[in-house]
Amino acid sequence: MRRLLTVLAALATLSLTNCGYNTIQSEDQEVKSTWSEVVNQYQRRADLVPNLVNSVKGFAQQEKDVLLGVTNARAKVGSVQATPEVLNDPAAFQKFQAAQGELSSALSRLLVVTENYPQLKSDALFSNLMAQLEGTENRITVARNRYIKAVQAYNVTVRSVPTNFTAMMFGYKEKPNFTVENEKDISTAPKVDFNPTPAPAPAK
Amino acid sequence: MRVARASMLAALLCLAVAAFAAIAQAQLAVPQLTGRVVDQTGTLSADAIARLDQKLKAFEAKKGSQIAVLIVPTTQPEAIEQFSIRVAEAWKIGRKKVDDGAILLVAKGDRKLRIEVGYGLEGALPDVTAKRIIDEIITPKFKTGDFEGGIEAGVDRMVSVIDGEPLPEPEPQHEWSPESFDQLSGWAIPLIFGTLFVNGFLQSLFGRMAASAVTGGVIGGVAWIFGLGWMIALFAGFAAFLFAMFVDLFSGGGSGFGSGRRRGGGVFPGGSWSGGSSGSSGGGFSGGGGSFGGGGASGSW
Repeated sequence: MRRLLTVLAALATLSLTNCGYNTIQSEDQEVKSTWSEVVNQYQRRADLVPNLVNSVKGFAQQEKDVLLGVTNARAKVGSVQATPEVLNDPAAFQKFQAAQGELSSALSRLLVVTENYPQLKSDALFSNLMAQLEGTENRITVARNRYIKAVQAYNVTVRSVPTNFTAMMFGYKEKPNFTVENEKDISTAPKVDFNPTPAPAPAK
Repeated sequence: MRVARASMLAALLCLAVAAFAAIAQAQLAVPQLTGRVVDQTGTLSADAIARLDQKLKAFEAKKGSQIAVLIVPTTQPEAIEQFSIRVAEAWKIGRKKVDDGAILLVAKGDRKLRIEVGYGLEGALPDVTAKRIIDEIITPKFKTGDFEGGIEAGVDRMVSVIDGEPLPEPEPQHEWSPESFDQLSGWAIPLIFGTLFVNGFLQSLFGRMAASAVTGGVIGGVAWIFGLGWMIALFAGFAAFLFAMFVDLFSGGGSGFGSGRRRGGGVFPGGSWSGGSSGSSGGGFSGGGGSFGGGGASGSW
């Protein structure tokens, strides 16, 4: 009698976890919502770009290719799909990440160039935009970290033994995670060049 | 037997490696939230801390928004932004759902500072405003070595900026809230097992009634110690008592100890409820559950 009760109690406790279906649901929702936040913050950054380009143009219009690079990168970001469906398609996720990465590089090239223009740096509009850009980059980092954590929890659940059967039954697969792009580039130390090309003469 | 030994060895090895990895990472621990102003460097005088604390407390009572000040010697190996968001997520300054918290973090040794702004204050204290407060108000004073003045002036400006923002009215403090039940459900399973375990143990000593009563008291005490609030602790204790009684009845007197020996063996320990009596800890400051999204601005001097 006692043993039967123990077994029943054990089964009852197990059923409290309903074989992980609810966990998968809540973690899936968490992944979707953190992804929306990531997309939101990337969008916020993209929205800052036109103003940034305009404010720089006022002082450094000769830096045409850099400005053009930023504008093009921003346009590309706008054309890449960024809905939650991206999470189910690793190729689309890669494209999204690549486009955002290009915008990041273009922006950092622009910032390097602005170092040559002290007048630009003291311009109120430019410094406001820089404050906003820094804030947005930080928000992007925080949003990405939260997404990474959510995806980690979800992927572990989908792969761990009792719950992976539930996941397979209902068709829940692993979701993509952010990769560090160009790992080889990052592992080589950056070259510091103390002889930059002299700034072009200001337009007459 | 050999298999058991091998697997235990493997488990121990895994633990050792994990522990080593944890030490190797060596991120700074998030400081304890001992008050609205936490100064780990001794920069502020006790007077200044008391003044600031008073100001921030009055502001919270008036407006509902929470502001905290943290001064650390350094945030290495992390950048100040990474450390700041970890502190914000741990402290949860600001009201839940309103997210109207802000943290002024100064890393004195690194000569860096940051204002971390909660989601709800991003309208009142956007990145640009935070940057201006840092650049125009705080860092000029820091550069001359006037840390107290800089922090006070910065806090004053943050308060006046947030003051202008329409936020929900602050609520009077009370212990009993619907959210407490959410906390309890997370504890339900450990408490159930705890009840059975403690009760089983005590049954052999005291007898059914007293064992259940003591179990109830212990579970209630445990719930209160873990900060679930005294009413929840009372409820948990009572539930544990009933559960323990029920389990006894069900299992028919257990392993033969309980019902045979020492029936009615207990003075009903009235003192077991005392764990839940004292209610709110006066003057303690804790975050209201607000969340942060990484907004704000950093600066250096």
